Amino acid sequence: MGEILVLVDHADGAVRKPALELLTLARRIGEPSAVVLGAGSAAAEIAAKAGEYGAAKVYVADGAEFADLLVVPKVDALTQIAKAADAAAVLVTSSGEGKEIAARVALRLGSGIITDAVDLEAGDGGPVATQSVFAASFQVKSKVTKGAPVITVKPNSTSPEAAPAAGAVENVTVEFTGKAAKVTSRTPRVSSGRPELTEAAIVVSGGRGVGAKEGFGVVEELADALGAAVGASRAAVDAGWYPHTNQVGQTGKQVSPQLYVAAGISGAIQHRAGMQTSKTIVAINKDPEAPIFELVDYGVVGDLFTVLPQLTGEVKARKG
Amino acid sequence: MSLRIVVCVKYVPDATGDRRFADDTTTDREGVDGLLSELDEYGVEQALRIAEASGDAEVTVLTVGPDDAKDALRKALSMGADKAVHVNDDDIHGTDVIGTSAIIAKALDKVGYDLVVCGMASTDGTMGVLPALLAERLGLPQVTLLSEVSVEGGVVKGRRDGDAATEQVEAELPAVVSVTDQSGEARYPSFKGIMAAKKKPVQSLDLDDLDIEADEVGLAGSWTAVEAVAARPARTAGTIVKDEGEGGKQLATYLAEQKFI
Ligand SMILES: Cc1cc2nc3c(=O)[nH]c(=O)nc-3n(C[C@H](O)[C@H](O)[C@H](O)COP(=O)(O)OP(=O)(O)OC[C@H]3O[C@@H](n4cnc5c(N)ncnc54)[C@H](O)[C@@H]3O)c2cc1C
Ligand SMILES: Cc1cc2nc3c(=O)[nH]c(=O)nc-3n(C[C@H](O)[C@H](O)[C@H](O)COP(=O)(O)OP(=O)(O)OC[C@H]3O[C@@H](n4cnc5c(N)ncnc54)[C@H](O)[C@@H]3O)c2cc1C
Repeated sequence: MGEILVLVDHADGAVRKPALELLTLARRIGEPSAVVLGAGSAAAEIAAKAGEYGAAKVYVADGAEFADLLVVPKVDALTQIAKAADAAAVLVTSSGEGKEIAARVALRLGSGIITDAVDLEAGDGGPVATQSVFAASFQVKSKVTKGAPVITVKPNSTSPEAAPAAGAVENVTVEFTGKAAKVTSRTPRVSSGRPELTEAAIVVSGGRGVGAKEGFGVVEELADALGAAVGASRAAVDAGWYPHTNQVGQTGKQVSPQLYVAAGISGAIQHRAGMQTSKTIVAINKDPEAPIFELVDYGVVGDLFTVLPQLTGEVKARKG
Repeated sequence: MSLRIVVCVKYVPDATGDRRFADDTTTDREGVDGLLSELDEYGVEQALRIAEASGDAEVTVLTVGPDDAKDALRKALSMGADKAVHVNDDDIHGTDVIGTSAIIAKALDKVGYDLVVCGMASTDGTMGVLPALLAERLGLPQVTLLSEVSVEGGVVKGRRDGDAATEQVEAELPAVVSVTDQSGEARYPSFKGIMAAKKKPVQSLDLDDLDIEADEVGLAGSWTAVEAVAARPARTAGTIVKDEGEGGKQLATYLAEQKFI
């Protein structure tokens, strides 16, 4: 089996969970190698973690270019490494930037690209990806028919499983090419202290029904009692009640947690596009006709300002 | 010379309608009502604002799509774009994103541009990669996923809200830009705009005009293939209770049964 390159997503010097999921998936279709770009002094630690999750080799490249220029330096590095290693496939996390990198790498390698896979398995003529499309109302199985497949995979598509491998570091010098936009300043996002929205096992989201910025208090209290991430509908984000980084849906984050709780959200198609693949869905809405109830495993018709606090109290009591 | 802005727009099946696949596993674009992708309205809007700010600019809208895609062009023209280009050829049916980017890149070269503006993603394919592919093919800087954008003195600047950080980015023109739905509400076409749009020029191009061979595109020329399509099994009907004072507790009992608590 060939070498499967996994572009390791990292932030604040640590591997992000989706990268470990990719390494886990890569083992199904070949032998994983990790690619760690622009990690500075954290590279060794990140490489060790990648090794724990099955990377036999870890290609490491560093340079100011990775931070100073948009997308292109990572494309340069990943393409160069894929060519040198004669990679059998390239896997990248489905994020805005991840998809852009993957697409340009595919074009340079002469490969087809599949984005937003939710599952990956070995097939006769190469890996077969499952995509969940049209707001998750269809499942499509597709494959790349030319070149080494380049596939982006959504977070939470599988659970990471350790499988210790050598994790041997190979330092790479990248030749930077092409025209790129300059990054003139960067403001890191302030962490809320809660789990990352796309990585969380439980997400509690609030919508227009929350009524005001202060209304999100009851949503956050339930989230904290459950150890969950907080999400919001676009209506709540557009109203300025919650940051856009927390938006769930077509133009926000696409989440696939074990449990999704929707409070005061009607269930518009664009919202569904971001949460319909959740394993269990629960909703609280005062309108019994709200379309969200078509999706739920359990629904409560009622006022979220009485139901959520009662639920939070029960969760705390049961957890002791 | 005036600033030549080209906005790439896609004609998509209405997301609130019954979207489905045709027998050849391509998107059914005939049996379903279509429209200008809502996310491309943001691209048209930002192009018009940049043009207004520059005082000397021309906005062209460009689409690759079937006959009905002219509706998307009309909508963009009625918002205020000056002219339109429609790339339409039966052989394009079923083209993947690599092929689509090749067609659009050739069309852009033919039309001429200083600034290419795209939406953040289509509402049907939702890949969000076409702008990056255009930048790669045209050898231009990509300044993408912007929530704020402006052009001044031949430099395009913007704000990119990434996963881990918010970045200020910039590049010299010519460049490829994509804008998000956070970039500013798109205007509604006025009655005057709708009337004027009927008289605005729409240029039609086919693959011959772009020197593209039929076998480079379409289902056969695609570098990806769909093996199977299946409707997602309907979720089994859930339990719905009315809150009579115990709704939160009942929900807690359910979550405990499911081992979430
Ligand atoms: C191109 C495009 C992209 C979009 N992308 C997204 C996206 O990414 N994410 C997204 O969410 N939307 C998106 N939308 C918007 C989407 O169409 C809906 O407008 C939006 O999801 C509605 O949000 P909501 O459910 O919070 O509000 P509403 O539809 O107004 O629903 C509010 C609900 O709260 C209930 N309610 C009110 N008060 C209470 C109470 N006290 N207790 C309990 N229930 C209460 C009401 O019964 C109602 O069902 C997009 C739209 C377009 C056109
Ligand atoms: C459900 C579904 C899944 C698909 N999955 C894949 C896949 O995994 N791999 C693959 O190669 N192809 C795939 N395709 C085909 C692909 O969507 C089309 O080839 C399409 O032309 C480009 O991709 P997009 O619509 O996702 O564009 P995006 O990259 O999401 O579009 C971004 C922007 O590019 C511009 N743009 C996009 N299309 C056009 C157009 N036709 N004319 C003018 N401007 C345009 C618009 O400004 C748009 O906002 C898929 C299609 C569907 C419907």
